[in-house]
Amino acid sequence: MGAGHTQLLYHCSDSPVHRLPPEVKIAAMVAFTLAVVATPREALWAFGGYAVLVAVVTAVARVRPGWLLRRSLIELPFVLFAFALPFLGAGERTELLGLSVSVDGLYGAWNVLAKGTLGVLASLLLAATTTTRDLIIGLDRLRCPQLLTQIAAFMLRYLEVLVGEVRRMRVARLSRGDDPRFVWQLRGFAIGVGALFLRAYERGERVYLAMLSRGYTGRMPQVWQGAEAATSGQWLVASTVPAVAAGVAATALVLT
Amino acid sequence: MEHLAMHISNGIIDGPVAAIFAVIALAAMALCVQRGRQHLDDRLAPMAGLVAAFIFAVQMINFPIFTAGISGHLLGGALAALLVGPWVGALCVAVVLTVQALVFGDGGVAMLGLNITNLAIIGTAAAYLLIVALLRVLPRTPAGLAVTAFVSALVSVVAAAMGFVLQYQLGGAVDLGDNIAGLAGTIAGTHLLIGIGEGLITAMTVLTVAKTRPDLVYALRARGPVASTPIPAVGGAR
Repeated sequence: MGAGHTQLLYHCSDSPVHRLPPEVKIAAMVAFTLAVVATPREALWAFGGYAVLVAVVTAVARVRPGWLLRRSLIELPFVLFAFALPFLGAGERTELLGLSVSVDGLYGAWNVLAKGTLGVLASLLLAATTTTRDLIIGLDRLRCPQLLTQIAAFMLRYLEVLVGEVRRMRVARLSRGDDPRFVWQLRGFAIGVGALFLRAYERGERVYLAMLSRGYTGRMPQVWQGAEAATSGQWLVASTVPAVAAGVAATALVLT
Repeated sequence: MEHLAMHISNGIIDGPVAAIFAVIALAAMALCVQRGRQHLDDRLAPMAGLVAAFIFAVQMINFPIFTAGISGHLLGGALAALLVGPWVGALCVAVVLTVQALVFGDGGVAMLGLNITNLAIIGTAAAYLLIVALLRVLPRTPAGLAVTAFVSALVSVVAAAMGFVLQYQLGGAVDLGDNIAGLAGTIAGTHLLIGIGEGLITAMTVLTVAKTRPDLVYALRARGPVASTPIPAVGGAR
């Protein structure tokens, strides 16, 4: 929590990946993820191929691998879930390190681990190379319904304002002798949340009136969409990653 | 401890089931947009945006439960249903989930339909149906409102978790055989505990808002087609 939280994952840098238009990167990321999810889990080599692809993009984007791995710890609860699967799974069983485990469960655990990790890494790479503002513009250019992109844009724009208000309210509470510990803090926390809602809602009304007085008619102006859209060359460059991934997935599907 | 993913990640549920739920989620969101517009007309974008920012900000505030090591945060689905109604509430939760999947890697992009179905649709629908039913039965006092908020938040958390169990039954990564009951039990148990905390905070939050601006609590407004709260239209422009 803190200032600039919404840009927390963005790595300000200038790499070929940073320079690609956002809509191209979003499409490539989603296509890559779908190819990974569609891969049969028995094709172990295919996931090695995907990992190489992720490593190449990481290097080209000049994102530090250590940062990427640390951030991917977000996946931890599902890793724990994956470790339980071999013991819970039904059907044929096998011996592993003296323990009886389900074959299906082992494959399932691998499936969750590999696909989950690759998905998280792909989203993190997108977030590291695209500002949130560009992300919204990209979604808009991909013909995402404008109402949804508008809601998302307002959300990201005012998130930091609200988080700042939360911090100020907490400081105010502490400096008036509140002792936030364990259950005793629930009351103060809940009242703070209530106050935050009132402030957010009333701010929304003020923002709407301000927009109305500047000629808002329910649609955002064209300028909002930023500079020109992606060229076919940029689409071609970015499509190499999902194209390779799709090739790997297709081969894996044929072979298994 | 950093923010942990609590949404379904890629590979847990198979592709066809994820695709079916993506279609369900898309249809439900289209309905929410339509009903949300009836309620807020062209105020929908800024108002829903601020409410979504509110939910996102609330989820970012961690409070220590026992020590600083174990912390929890509010999910906010039932709270949104109480304060802004089921349609705008579900829409806001869905936008939050989408941004979390795209930007934070919390929840797989291919599993977005499943996560939206569980948290935005099942969670909000369960909460709102209970809110409507309980407010009709219970006395219209602060205590009645608090009980309504507590129960609906508790049930919505457990219902959303049960949505995951159902989806796992339909297309889980591993056939668990009889152990699916064990999985359901474990998930229901942990989410019951989470739901109690969620219920307490939701109840106290709604009471705070109801005390200062009761007109802003959607659930307390007159039923039927909700008269949109009058906002002075500037120069009649609209």
